[in-house]
Amino acid sequence: MRYLPLSPTEREDMLTRMGLADIDDLFTDAADKLLKTPLDLPRRKTELEVERALGALAAKNISASAVPFFLGAGAYKHHVPASVDHLIQRSEFLTSYTPYQPEISQGTLQVLFEFQTQVARLTGMEVANASMYDGSTATAEAVLMAHRVTRRRKALLSGGLHPHYAETARTLSDMADDEITILPPDPLAQEDLVSRIDDSLACVVVQSPDVSGHLRDLRPLAAACKAKGVLLVAVVTEILSLGLIESPGAQGADIVVAEGQSIGNGLNFGGPYLGLFATREKYVRQMPGRLCGQTFDSQGRRGFVLTLSTREQHIRREKATSNICTNSGLCALAFSIHLSLLGAKGLRELALVNHANAVALAGEIETIPGVKLLNESFFNEFCIELPGSAAEFVERAATQKLLAGVPVSRLSPGAGLENLLLVASSEINTDDDRAVLIAALREEAAR
Amino acid sequence: MTEENPRFSEKKLPRTFSGHHGLAHETGLIFEHGREDFTGVDIDPPKEFTPRLGGLERKSPLGLPGLSEPETLRHYVRLSQQNYAIDAGLYPLGSCTMKHNPRLNEKMARLPGFADIHPLQPLYTVQGALELMADLSRWLIELTGTEAVALSPKAGAHGEMCGMMTIKAAISARGEAATRKVVLAPESAHGTNPATAAALGFSVRVIPAGEDGLVHPEAVAAALGPDVAAIMLTNPNTCGLFERDIVEIARLVHEAGAYFYCDGANFNAIVGKVRPGDLGVDAMHINLHKTFSTPHGGGGPGAGPVVLSSRLAPFAPVPFLRRDGDKFVLVEDKEGTQSFGRMAAFHGQMGMFVRALSYILSHGGDGLAMASENAVLSANYIRVCLKDVMSSPFAERLCMHEALFDDHWMKDSGVTVLDFAKAMIDEGIHPMTVYFPLVVHGAMLIEPTESESAAFLEMFIATLRDLAFSVKNGEVERFTGAPYYAPRTRLDETAAARKPVLTYKKPVGEREPNAG
Repeated sequence: MRYLPLSPTEREDMLTRMGLADIDDLFTDAADKLLKTPLDLPRRKTELEVERALGALAAKNISASAVPFFLGAGAYKHHVPASVDHLIQRSEFLTSYTPYQPEISQGTLQVLFEFQTQVARLTGMEVANASMYDGSTATAEAVLMAHRVTRRRKALLSGGLHPHYAETARTLSDMADDEITILPPDPLAQEDLVSRIDDSLACVVVQSPDVSGHLRDLRPLAAACKAKGVLLVAVVTEILSLGLIESPGAQGADIVVAEGQSIGNGLNFGGPYLGLFATREKYVRQMPGRLCGQTFDSQGRRGFVLTLSTREQHIRREKATSNICTNSGLCALAFSIHLSLLGAKGLRELALVNHANAVALAGEIETIPGVKLLNESFFNEFCIELPGSAAEFVERAATQKLLAGVPVSRLSPGAGLENLLLVASSEINTDDDRAVLIAALREEAAR
Repeated sequence: MTEENPRFSEKKLPRTFSGHHGLAHETGLIFEHGREDFTGVDIDPPKEFTPRLGGLERKSPLGLPGLSEPETLRHYVRLSQQNYAIDAGLYPLGSCTMKHNPRLNEKMARLPGFADIHPLQPLYTVQGALELMADLSRWLIELTGTEAVALSPKAGAHGEMCGMMTIKAAISARGEAATRKVVLAPESAHGTNPATAAALGFSVRVIPAGEDGLVHPEAVAAALGPDVAAIMLTNPNTCGLFERDIVEIARLVHEAGAYFYCDGANFNAIVGKVRPGDLGVDAMHINLHKTFSTPHGGGGPGAGPVVLSSRLAPFAPVPFLRRDGDKFVLVEDKEGTQSFGRMAAFHGQMGMFVRALSYILSHGGDGLAMASENAVLSANYIRVCLKDVMSSPFAERLCMHEALFDDHWMKDSGVTVLDFAKAMIDEGIHPMTVYFPLVVHGAMLIEPTESESAAFLEMFIATLRDLAFSVKNGEVERFTGAPYYAPRTRLDETAAARKPVLTYKKPVGEREPNAG
């Protein structure tokens, strides 16, 4: 077997040196539980055979690059420079462990320190952690953190929050016997959160751009939260938007959580993704997840270590701030490399191209009779209302080699929003792509 | 130091002007050499258009430096050279299973049909992806002897959370949520176990370990009662031992109306040899990034699918797969099911599923069992070859895939376990897991995995023996000052925690270079 270096002779020799006759003599504590006969499973395959088997499965899927593609709703297709994927496959990044031995992990640690700084600056916050699993689990953790900070156990979630995020937070809250209120889907961004804020709440969770693409002004909400001692948790599912839109931190958010997939990471059918988590310095000891900090070695040279681990499960056990252990290190590396290439200038330009493409698409959609744009403001994604079922339109379009968007009913089934469609447009979309979508929508409206 | 040890009597080396040392380069932060008005990505500006941002344009500065592609490559390549990695040497971290990461897996995960599909595409455009998830599920179910698998958990601790949520849902369905509020866990448990239980509102009752490092049925029986929801047990346990009485423990737990959660972090010892389901396990997470070779990536991403017994399967989280004729369907809405709900957006760590299945298909049933055998063989070989120079609480006992030593043999030497670990760095070996499990004083937990050749095992053993003799010979300085040969000498972790510096701030009175 190509991955197993011990030869049969070496196995025999090692057993002999230990005074054992048979490999199963090593399993004596489990003797009566050992499988008597090998499991009826396929035998080993060569590299070529595995490539064929998995290649056949991959070939059954329609990939985003193969067709005009307009899906978003928390997962976005962007162009990632070739150097990013090359660098993250370097052995020293790919095959290293969590940097618990800092003297031989400075590469990973310095990357994390740079990553934390990038995330803090992007979100307009003072500190950021070394990443979480993804945006949805980061949101659930933010709610728990707000409970710890405020010592209150009620959370209010906006109807504009991605339904998967809301459900993820609800699952964790229900299990911990906390109270959580999720407002109904709000495709027109009309809900009034401010009047619902009172001093029993630990936090209000609001997303901008929201799941329908509306940009929400967080400032009035931040002021109302502050007056009642409530933490404002701002969620961003398209992190690229912060190249163009005012940061949640500058708008008064106390905790910012985000999905970082858009920068440096591919679609991957939903995972692995990258949870970003940033907050104010005063709350850092209530923060979940790993943190990298600067220090010096015994010769006085700057270096980096994992720090404040007294918050974490391997030290605090049942008193830990979170049970999280593994995070998304390699995805954070990809994010950090891509963002280092972009810099502020490139990020702004890329965000602008995204917005321009979406504005152009929205403008053309607005000329189609029977199709209605629901957004006044948006970044690179918006919500439209079709004359009929959006899910059926998407299915039909896919048979014509067009991936047209995400039906709202996929995220919020049974909410009576069957005709709504989320459409995202990024730098990957060409004028031809747009023409294909517009033609399909015109045809749909004329049906 | 003694004269026989030339390293410490060497002449002081000249100081370099640049701070670099040959191939070992010092690397500044991107914030120190990047420029905000520069970008390494060519982007064509859009034609004139009217923004529709609702007056929320960003006014606060971004403060993000940009680098050209050559600068980027140099920065990250130099950083990478300051990292240890499994591709560079032995990584004997007990409980972490740092095995070889096959490159075929990386190639497969990057096929556009897997890497470039959106989680919310119409299901008939992703049938191959769903089929892959179904294939992986079948393997995991078969290898564990269980009934179902929840694929969505994103790492081991998330899998624990999933398993314990499933148990809580099952208990609620029985109307016993208010009474069963206690979870049993042995002293030797991973920290995530009590952290998970506590996060779900359970209190933790600790079970003492026996002198032999095993959990005894009597201790479990004494802790069980009508208030107990579950036991969380690692098997093989964190001392590297197979829980001999696990079947009896499972029987007792079930008899008391509780569930058996198994922490699957150590599954690598028994794949294809013993099936957890046959032992009475109700739920167990599987770390794909340990047992099934998906790369650790310097701390994730992982993946933590949870296998479930028939008693728990109905309560599994959404989404889950269902077969509908010759098509695969994803059930994403819990309405009309007994599912406890959703744990994360979308459907799990697809990129890791591809890698894990690539590993599994490469090994086949026969290769998987052989991998476990070799892992256990190598750990025992290390145990036997070191037991005369290092002490172990269970030296004479067969271990599974990891060998546990303690610091008894170092007593009064002036060398601590941490010093010993740092001296291993100088010898070119990543230290083993130290000070875990907590039940053993000065624990050193060595897990070689099946990926090491006989030559590397011999080198490892010889090096540890040399170091052990060095401790016994009183060469204290070799250890207390270590590491001498790493990119950094011992780092001050206390200072880092006392006054945390978590982001880069430009030194007072200085501008960041070329900051816009």
